[in-house]
Amino acid sequence: MKLSNSKIVDMYKTMIRIRKFETQAMNLFAQGSIPGFVHLYLGEEAVATGVCENLKDDDYITSTHRGHGHIVAKGGDLKYMMAELYGKETGYCKGKGGSMHIADATKGILGANGIVGAGHNIAVGAGLSIQYRETDQVCVCFFGDASTNQGTFHEALNLASVWKLPVVFVCENNLYGISVNQSRHQAIKDISDRAVAYNMPGITVDGNDVFAVYEATNEAIKRARDKKGPTLIECKTYRHRGHFEGDPGAYKPEKEQNEWLKKDPIPRIEKYMIDKKIVTNNKLEDLKKEVDKEINEAVEFANNSSYPSLESVVEDIYTDIKEEVRVR
Amino acid sequence: MKMMTYAEAIREGMRIKMQKDPNVFIFGEDVGAFGGCFGVTAGLFDEFGEKRVRDTPISEGAIIGSAIGSAATGLRPIAELMFIDFLTVGMDQLVNQAAKLRYMFGGKITLPMVVRMPGGAGVQAAAQHSQSLEAWITHVPGLKVVYPSTPQDALGLMLGAIEDDNPVMFIEHKLLYSVKGEVENEKPIPLGVADIKKEGKDVTVIATGKMVHDALKASELLLKDGIDVEVIDPRSLYPLDKETIFKSLQKTNKVVVVTEENKRGGYGGEISAMISEDYFDYLDAPVVRIGALDTPIPFSPTLESYVIPNETDIVNAIKELI
Repeated sequence: MKLSNSKIVDMYKTMIRIRKFETQAMNLFAQGSIPGFVHLYLGEEAVATGVCENLKDDDYITSTHRGHGHIVAKGGDLKYMMAELYGKETGYCKGKGGSMHIADATKGILGANGIVGAGHNIAVGAGLSIQYRETDQVCVCFFGDASTNQGTFHEALNLASVWKLPVVFVCENNLYGISVNQSRHQAIKDISDRAVAYNMPGITVDGNDVFAVYEATNEAIKRARDKKGPTLIECKTYRHRGHFEGDPGAYKPEKEQNEWLKKDPIPRIEKYMIDKKIVTNNKLEDLKKEVDKEINEAVEFANNSSYPSLESVVEDIYTDIKEEVRVR
Repeated sequence: MKMMTYAEAIREGMRIKMQKDPNVFIFGEDVGAFGGCFGVTAGLFDEFGEKRVRDTPISEGAIIGSAIGSAATGLRPIAELMFIDFLTVGMDQLVNQAAKLRYMFGGKITLPMVVRMPGGAGVQAAAQHSQSLEAWITHVPGLKVVYPSTPQDALGLMLGAIEDDNPVMFIEHKLLYSVKGEVENEKPIPLGVADIKKEGKDVTVIATGKMVHDALKASELLLKDGIDVEVIDPRSLYPLDKETIFKSLQKTNKVVVVTEENKRGGYGGEISAMISEDYFDYLDAPVVRIGALDTPIPFSPTLESYVIPNETDIVNAIKELI
């Protein structure tokens, strides 16, 4: 598939936007500026980027606890994301959700999710809605390898398939369900094999190759928009960090880590762009500086924002009930 | 004015809204041409077609999840669970997702969805098809819960539930489906407004679902003893109309709370605690609570009817209280 140079540069920029956002979040968490749990997307940037490059603003995604990458790639605003990570009132969720629950309805982001496998059925609901309203939107459902052992995976793929819903299921197989290696949580190697059970196409791609991800998703989305139903895409990738910050990841053998670091998607696309003379080294540095600036602005925005007022704690539970819940 | 069964009234409520709003649609197990396990959706498939009255696989998680996803993206789904007991299978979708997404997302999405669930015992369906799980769902911030006891309320509350922009759990009692009643109007009943089913001055009975009928029977029986019972049906468990309860207590100073739930941990306990905390000064005696025994619902008719409270339990409790 032929991609224009400017599109490739855009994709690269999204990838380093995720990489730098996550690296900054890692540091801020270590410093104590970000409370709670943070699950970083470092190492998996090619998946969210390759997938979302195919999507329009009004297409939907459902995301996971490791969701920052999806949100950045779908066009989320770094300022509101960072403020939410801090728990500030200017954050995407007014400080009520945090890292695991960022959503932006205006960008079709139906939310990150703290329950493993919970997004599958919500994605099916969005697909049902698209079919019902007869628009040409699609919904992409992101999830990890371990979530394919939840009952929701089966329920969702079955229903999406029998109703031919415009949903693309994108599995990020990063080899671990928290600390448990894939070989110990399921008796298959390729999760795409499971597509057979739902009579839908299943494909495995190198999840660290942004172009391979882009291409596979492009075809699946075309299929979905053509009312031909869902596809399961497995992207083989690797998370560079532990399950969450604070988990040293001692269960990941050093040899395995080193092998995967050699396949890091970012040096890979950089080499491609230089080799193909799409950019110069100087241009690469400029792009990185631009993104650094965005990240710095996001951190500044978060730092300068206030924590939510105690008044707001009763807001947004219901559309019409507020003060009644302030009981003790 | 029309005579209608409770099941017909629920159906009529859905039908009215489906005629007016193309975004209202129904899905669930066997709700299509089959008409639903209890026949509540009978005829709607023929009237509105497969797109708007859909059979789903037996996948409660996918049913509730589909309601969430479609409600979040512009539709007003009505999902049917064949029995309230099956809620357990889709509980994550309801409790961690439907109830909390709006809050966790800082109000960024709205979930106008209704989940219909037949509850209650009395048809010898044993322990997995007869429960009263009001407490589980009223416990969760983000959900509204209604429980009509008459055809008029069933119709009005269905209209109110579909109009509501929040997830509404609509509990139906399966023994009431064939109960007929007069339906005077087709107006939505706002959620959170109780109804006084019978006025009285001596004692207040707060009852829900089928227990409203048992309380009314008890009040008839007690007339012979000169005891004038006021029967209140909250209709909406959350939000709860405290004002109507309070007004009644100011008059009677005595209260009996009757629900069909296992007594331990029931929503009846929540109503009782609320009265004791907030209106203690108006009480002449401690709040009396009546519920089912703390057993699973047994199959055999003799055992089942022993476990579930009835009008005799209510009569006895009131006599003791007075």
